[in-house]
Amino acid sequence: MKIAVCIKQVPTREWQPRLDDSKTWIREADASFEMNEPDAYALEEALRLKEKHGGEVVVCSAGPARVAQVIREALARGADRAIHVEGDGLASADAFVTAAALASAMQDEQFDLVLTGLQSDDQGFAQVGVVLAEKLGVPHSTIIMEVNVEGSKLRVKRELEGGWFQWIAMPLPAVLTIQSGINQLRYATLKGIMAAKKKEIKKAAAPAGITSKQRIVNLYVPEKGKKTQIIGGSAAEAAKTLVQKLRDEARVIQ
Amino acid sequence: MILVIAEQQHGKLNRATWEAIVGAQQLDPSAITVLVPGASAAAVASELTAANVKDIVTVEHAALDPYTPDGFTAALQDAIGQLKPDYVLLPHTYQTRDFAPKLAARLDRAIVTDVTAIKQAPSTGGDVAFVRPMFQGKLTADVVPQGPTPHFVTFQIGAYRVDQVAKGSAPAPIRALDVTVDASAIRQTPEAPFQQAKAAVDLTQAERIVSVGRGIKEQANIKIAEDLAKALGAEIAASRPICDSGWLPMERQVGSSGQTVAPKLYLALGISGAIQHLVGMKGSNTIVAINKDPDAPIFEIADYGIVGDLFEIVPAMIDALKS
Repeated sequence: MKIAVCIKQVPTREWQPRLDDSKTWIREADASFEMNEPDAYALEEALRLKEKHGGEVVVCSAGPARVAQVIREALARGADRAIHVEGDGLASADAFVTAAALASAMQDEQFDLVLTGLQSDDQGFAQVGVVLAEKLGVPHSTIIMEVNVEGSKLRVKRELEGGWFQWIAMPLPAVLTIQSGINQLRYATLKGIMAAKKKEIKKAAAPAGITSKQRIVNLYVPEKGKKTQIIGGSAAEAAKTLVQKLRDEARVIQ
Repeated sequence: MILVIAEQQHGKLNRATWEAIVGAQQLDPSAITVLVPGASAAAVASELTAANVKDIVTVEHAALDPYTPDGFTAALQDAIGQLKPDYVLLPHTYQTRDFAPKLAARLDRAIVTDVTAIKQAPSTGGDVAFVRPMFQGKLTADVVPQGPTPHFVTFQIGAYRVDQVAKGSAPAPIRALDVTVDASAIRQTPEAPFQQAKAAVDLTQAERIVSVGRGIKEQANIKIAEDLAKALGAEIAASRPICDSGWLPMERQVGSSGQTVAPKLYLALGISGAIQHLVGMKGSNTIVAINKDPDAPIFEIADYGIVGDLFEIVPAMIDALKS
């Protein structure tokens, strides 16, 4: 089974947002980056499917040169090889541009299954996997919590809202967007890190003529909807003040 | 013309549809059509006639039941071709996320997701911009869709309140729209939805909730949150990563994939406030956030906040509650 996993490199959770001079994007030079968390679960699921059914796991990522970091990490965790669609503009690309870049890189590969995270921790469109399926002309399903491959068919558990689930069958090839928590992540071993150095990363150019369908005109720190009372002082003082306010002001505890 | 796609299941309207109608009314109240897809659309349509909209269109077709992204994309592609809207608005539900990007891609049109407000100002160059969170809510973007219409927009649950809907002076007329769908184009075969386990705890009924997030660091530390919950007379809950790690059962998860709660007191310990969590609790009466990161988005919706180490503050709170 030939499986592609689409991963994205995003700012770390601890990163404090800083804007660039245009105030329409972040100052990337100040950011530290990591693998998008839902994509890490997609990678883990692909590695487990390969362990069960055999085949190959190919990591695909669209982004500037810096995304080589998360590609190496994915190879160290056990992916077999990688395709890097490289372009500076891909860092802030919309879902259509990203999906087009990934689709063009996959064109000659004939993957049986394409996995990616349900959304990214940076722009958070929750679109790329679905748009990619449309561009590849294959069926898809989203927010997946279990993947079973039965011959040329797929049976997946899709998460619905409020604690409901649903099983869905579809033919391969297909695209799935994976929900965080579907499995327990593995980490790279020293052996894996060494092996990754010898693995192939194929560079591909982004397809020409694909224009963004949305433009960020302003990017800013959110305006507060509510007036928050920030309680200062030492931990003991702050705790005491908070309890007093919850009793006497908000009246939500006795 | 603005087209709102309603969401319903077995004749039960998803209330988020009303919120999308509020969005439409803010955009242009004069020319709104609400499309209700799926079997039993008629029952839902009559409920929606109360809204101040031009008309309600029902689309009933075998390809729409049960829901599949392929069936919805094909049927709505046809409907949009007939109705020719400038905007297609939807609530940002799990179902919308499953088909709307595909529909927009099929038509090669822009789609802006998870929108919380509409803005048209000098700061947006006079264009209609859609406001949406980015970077886990740490930043907000004003986004202008590009290219030919229709432009697709999905609204975050809770972006508007249901009671903001402008009601019409007379019921809006209902009409049926025929669509053509090639049944062989539907590749997904869904089974009936099910609940994993009967929830032993109903967080929606809790008056007070103490909720823990990644800031709790390890499973052994859950105990101090439980001690605080006990001292407050509160139920314990968590954000998704905690339940994913198995530190608390899934039934205690608050957020878009868990329960939606609105207690008198919601106390968030070490929860940064990702959108998926906020949509499940922002209706709470009094929100308290304790977090070491002063920029955590949870502080934007909190009534009271303490920036600091929860491992120092929580024991101090338990002491203060006892005195």
